[in-house]
Amino acid sequence: MARDRSPAERVGAVPDPAFEITFDGRPLVALPGQSLAAALWAAGILAWRTTRVGGRPRGAFCGIGHCFDCLATVNGAPNRRACLVPARPGDAVTTQEGHGHAAPGDR
Amino acid sequence: MPHPVTDDPEYDLAVIGAGPAGLAGAVAAAELGLSVALLDASSQPGGQFYRHPAPALGATRPEALHHDWATFTALRRRLADSTATLLAGHHVWTVVRAEARDLWDVHAVTGADGDRDRPVRVRARAVLLATGAYERHLPFPGWTVPGVVGAGGAQAMLKSGLVLPGLRASPAGARPGAGARVVVAGSGPLLLAVAATLAAAGARVPAVVEASGYLGYARHPRTLAANPHKVAEAARHGAALLRHGVRLRTRSAVTRVHGSDRVEAVTVSRLDRDWRPVRGSGRRIACDALAVGFGLVPQLDLATGLGCATRRARDGSHLLDLDAQQETSVPGIWAAGETGGIGGVELALTEGELAGRAIAARLGGRAAAGGSGRGRALRRRRARMRAFAAVMAAVHAPGAGWSRWLDDTTDVCRCEEVGAGRIREAATAFGARDARTVKLLTRAGMGWCQGRMCGTAVACLAAEGREQGPPPAPERRPLAVPVRLDALAALTGTAASDPGEPEEHAAGEDSTGG
Ligand SMILES: Cc1cc2nc3c(=O)[nH]c(=O)nc-3n(C[C@H](O)[C@H](O)[C@H](O)COP(=O)(O)OP(=O)(O)OC[C@H]3O[C@@H](n4cnc5c(N)ncnc54)[C@H](O)[C@@H]3O)c2cc1C
Ligand code: FES
Repeated sequence: MARDRSPAERVGAVPDPAFEITFDGRPLVALPGQSLAAALWAAGILAWRTTRVGGRPRGAFCGIGHCFDCLATVNGAPNRRACLVPARPGDAVTTQEGHGHAAPGDR
Repeated sequence: MPHPVTDDPEYDLAVIGAGPAGLAGAVAAAELGLSVALLDASSQPGGQFYRHPAPALGATRPEALHHDWATFTALRRRLADSTATLLAGHHVWTVVRAEARDLWDVHAVTGADGDRDRPVRVRARAVLLATGAYERHLPFPGWTVPGVVGAGGAQAMLKSGLVLPGLRASPAGARPGAGARVVVAGSGPLLLAVAATLAAAGARVPAVVEASGYLGYARHPRTLAANPHKVAEAARHGAALLRHGVRLRTRSAVTRVHGSDRVEAVTVSRLDRDWRPVRGSGRRIACDALAVGFGLVPQLDLATGLGCATRRARDGSHLLDLDAQQETSVPGIWAAGETGGIGGVELALTEGELAGRAIAARLGGRAAAGGSGRGRALRRRRARMRAFAAVMAAVHAPGAGWSRWLDDTTDVCRCEEVGAGRIREAATAFGARDARTVKLLTRAGMGWCQGRMCGTAVACLAAEGREQGPPPAPERRPLAVPVRLDALAALTGTAASDPGEPEEHAAGEDSTGG
């Protein structure tokens, strides 16, 4: 087994063309077939929500739709599970604060 | 606007869950002539073990992240060749008895995260629950820091999204994926599989930290000898870890995560036999992420909602009580795979096929297909692997001393941000003895995940300091997946049958959480 391969190299991935999404306004590259959480992880982003009580940062934890820690605001709609929702070209992901009122200027 | 519940055709069998167990069950039943609907929340079949990238990611060698990929592709082909209907992206939130007749109504919401306005009802004469398991978590200081992820979760994200946890933003053009340092910790054989996969996919794994010792297995030489494939599997993972220079630390745990906005390091401490951290033994290991999990817990929400009887495994978790044909205590409701106890992929495949055959026999009015050579071989295999599963549950059962690594400010409930101190206070000052009472007093377990992440920990903390409390009842979640009110309203008109009480359970849950 070779060292320091990426997961994509490991499976010989030849993905369809990449596209752009934004996170808090910043452009990121996502691959078709990736969940939003996977695209965020690939860009080095681990947190896209702050908690209601302590305002602490959170991101994906269980990875399979059970924990709801990965809730994000996607195109203005709050409380989407980023680990389940596939990334689509042009998606605007914004940090979800507390109960998930969309960020101002987001609608 | 939500559409009314659509009336789908009536099936002989509805299989819930398209993992190894559900796939094997659906294929077996369909090939024996039943009309079968196979529902799964995911957009693709495969479940946890055979989770794989979406077609658009263009994986030309998906088998590189899976052992025994050919078994899956063969099952997938047989499913496609059969008359079974695969309903992907269907999140089943309840199963109820249909009015009057001997039928079951399976209710699902659809879409990637159940967001689509199309509730679906599937009617069937029998139901096979193959809903698998979820990870057991034990809290520790810093476990809510971004970059701490479930061990199975890291595996799932890697297998489906081809990403690693803890990557740093890389300059444009740099190769994404390589280089993140991921410590793997917790307990159970899944840790070895996860570490091997992460390392093969380019992560550096500074350590695998296992809270139990592996010597526990040696006390069951006969069970080991009867399960050579399990021993070979462990050896395969062990060899892979050696090749990648990964250190295995047994009788140790991550007792603290350092970093506030993302993981910077972990402290690993030695544990005594009861999982109490040994004072002064902490060692700091720098890393970018921590993949952690303490084994798996059967996913029983749909089954307990139906009143199916459960029993307890050696590690304290609840499993479905099944007869030799894989039928639950509720006639017409069957189960296979991790719902009947954590046993791994081969056991899930075996039980799924047994269940599919038994259901076909029952609905066809024949006696259970017991006599055939295939049936006998499957039952022997099941017995052998169940014995191994019992050893595994005992070896990796959480030791009572784990709670010593908590401090009072550690959030135990991630959703409602309830600290260990408040839960202990509910137990000592207010006499809460079980998770349900703690929940009412502190809101722990009342959030979005309905206690899936904190349930084990809350139950342990509530029982702390008591000699021997009554065994905790399985948690009941009236909704197996989140459902919007309009979908709930569409249920009106369906006779909500009285599920009765599962044998081990004292009282129904009255809070839906959320
Ligand atoms: C996160 C995670 C990762 C794992 N990774 C590995 C691994 O890498 N290697 C390994 O050997 N074992 C792994 N396991 C263990 C795994 O449970 C078994 O190997 C095996 O997949 C069990 O097969 P199963 O058919 O019983 O359940 P699963 O494979 O878990 O399949 C259950 C299926 O049911 C579906 N489902 C559940 N509830 C509903 C519902 N309400 N509505 C609709 N669909 C539903 C799920 O989407 C899933 O596809 C993992 C477990 C978990 C929880
Ligand atoms: S990471 Fe747990 S629900 Fe998405």
